[in-house]
Amino acid sequence: MRALKIVVLAKQVPDTRHVGPDAMRPDGTVNRPKLQTVFNPDDLHALELALHIKDQIPETKVTVLTMGPKRAADIIREGYYRGADYGVMISDKRFGGADTLATSYTLVKAIQKLGDFDLILGGRQAIDGDTAQVGPQCADKLKIPQITYVDQIVEIKDDEIIARRRLEKGVETVSSPMPCLMTVHGSAPACRSRHAKRVMKYKYARTSTELNSKGTEDFLIDLHKKRSYLTIPEWSVEDIGAEMEKIGLSGSPTKVKSVESIVLTAKESKQLSEDDADIEMMIQELIEKHTIG
Amino acid sequence: MKNVFVYCEVENQKVAEISQELLSAGKKLATKLECKLEAMVFGKELNNIDKQIAPYGVDILYIADDDRLEPYRTLPHAALAEHLLKKEDPQIVLFGATSVGRDLAPRIASVLNCGLTADCTILDIGDHFDKKEKKEYTGLLYAMRPAFGGSIMANIINWDMHPQMATVREGVMKKEIFDANYKTEVRKVEVNDIVKEEDFVVKIIERHIEDSGVNLKEAPIIVAGGYGIGSRENFQHLVDLAELLGGEVGGSRAAVDAGFIDHDRQIGQTGTTVRPKLYIAAGISGAIQHRAGMQEASMIISINNDPEAPINKIADYVIHGDCGEVLPKMIKYYKKNAK
Repeated sequence: MRALKIVVLAKQVPDTRHVGPDAMRPDGTVNRPKLQTVFNPDDLHALELALHIKDQIPETKVTVLTMGPKRAADIIREGYYRGADYGVMISDKRFGGADTLATSYTLVKAIQKLGDFDLILGGRQAIDGDTAQVGPQCADKLKIPQITYVDQIVEIKDDEIIARRRLEKGVETVSSPMPCLMTVHGSAPACRSRHAKRVMKYKYARTSTELNSKGTEDFLIDLHKKRSYLTIPEWSVEDIGAEMEKIGLSGSPTKVKSVESIVLTAKESKQLSEDDADIEMMIQELIEKHTIG
Repeated sequence: MKNVFVYCEVENQKVAEISQELLSAGKKLATKLECKLEAMVFGKELNNIDKQIAPYGVDILYIADDDRLEPYRTLPHAALAEHLLKKEDPQIVLFGATSVGRDLAPRIASVLNCGLTADCTILDIGDHFDKKEKKEYTGLLYAMRPAFGGSIMANIINWDMHPQMATVREGVMKKEIFDANYKTEVRKVEVNDIVKEEDFVVKIIERHIEDSGVNLKEAPIIVAGGYGIGSRENFQHLVDLAELLGGEVGGSRAAVDAGFIDHDRQIGQTGTTVRPKLYIAAGISGAIQHRAGMQEASMIISINNDPEAPINKIADYVIHGDCGEVLPKMIKYYKKNAK
């Protein structure tokens, strides 16, 4: 088997399971600085599939690509800790406010700058939007086949890859020529944990923005001069040659017209305790109403 | 006037439930806009398929009939949809938020360079005044979905990059026959003129599709558990109660993510939408994404330790207590009182 060039698309997402009251701005956009962030769970599965291929074909190169604000560099470091060869960050304020269409355009411009590839892997969807759109949109723009909801890579031949898809009511095994793009389902194997040696090697990896921010210690700057692999590339609008009207808010057809807090029309609920008498009374009422029984 | 378009899923000569629901939703939008409803269906042996589709009030139906179009594969379906949508230039296009629709719709949105809103729970028509351009847009699609964190409903619009596209989960819209004798104009699509040989490069090697036996949509009673249940083992109480009452077990997304219950039993915006006679929510706080999938239940019982749980507001009975205590008592007193 020949070595592959794999790009893993990964996103730093707000931890939607722990959301505070100031999570949204009045204009309906997400107030990201106010939220805890995590590596998007499906993207971790995608990283695992890529690293698993690398286990089998050691010359394989795995590049993690992420788009986001300064702190999204955590995604690149996490990728390094777990076994990625290379990481690139797309970061520029002008990319902000992008919907899935503008995001896929931006990612594809960066993928094209990275050069040849055999396989693009990404999570099926991100937990902050659940749209599952960016993968297929990238595949369209790259004019390559897509295999969505992959939970297992069955076989890799020279220029062909066979994968199993997890559908609503079953599974489907398909083959596709490479290059192709796969989105990875949450039922794929969990990602391996960090490798201690790799954490030691990459813990000082930083983007230039991070290095140039206030309070950076001198030793870190010196270290980056000696070990250039620690500097995470950070690409701007100009670096990837993106057209301004296709990125950020202006490249996004979908706009939030309004957000409404949901006012619950409170029902007349019966308030009960967990005492036997209360539970039995309720059961009897339900049986009388023929709701149960 | 530009029309409303629905992508219909079909397998074994049967139009999918979701597509029937979408046609009903599409008809309502078309009626409001005073335009036609059009539909496209791609599959094999579709001779009589128009009879299933016409009653939903479809004015024009495009049929692409070719053995290679079923089972669904992305590229040939995308080529056909792209061709038709570019040619017919509709204002609104609806897809099911199924494993097919969620694979196809974004690819189409990319090639048409238009907007796509996922997992809408309400579709409507309305206006928008853009302050920047000082321009009034009328007859826009309001694609509404619960968003971020669950406390809000977002209304997503798209005024400048058309068509306006949306996906909807199965069970969210109600399917309604418009007119059993509706006259539909059928237009055959010449597949070989549009789909190229290289669109078939992805090959299906093996396919196992089966009903998992889980039928939440049809269940009269659903006993659903949330993160508050605590473990997969504790879910057994729910299973016992559901079996006893002749219902099904469901779970919130948090319970599914925590591994307490399988994906195919998830209820809510990104799972199944249900309308049972009785819905028992055990240890479910009731974020809007969850409520979107169950709030039309005729009766709701909430069992929760947290008196502030949002689900309590829509419940008929609120039991303040621990599910581990309450569920066995419900089993006990049901056995005692049922005839």
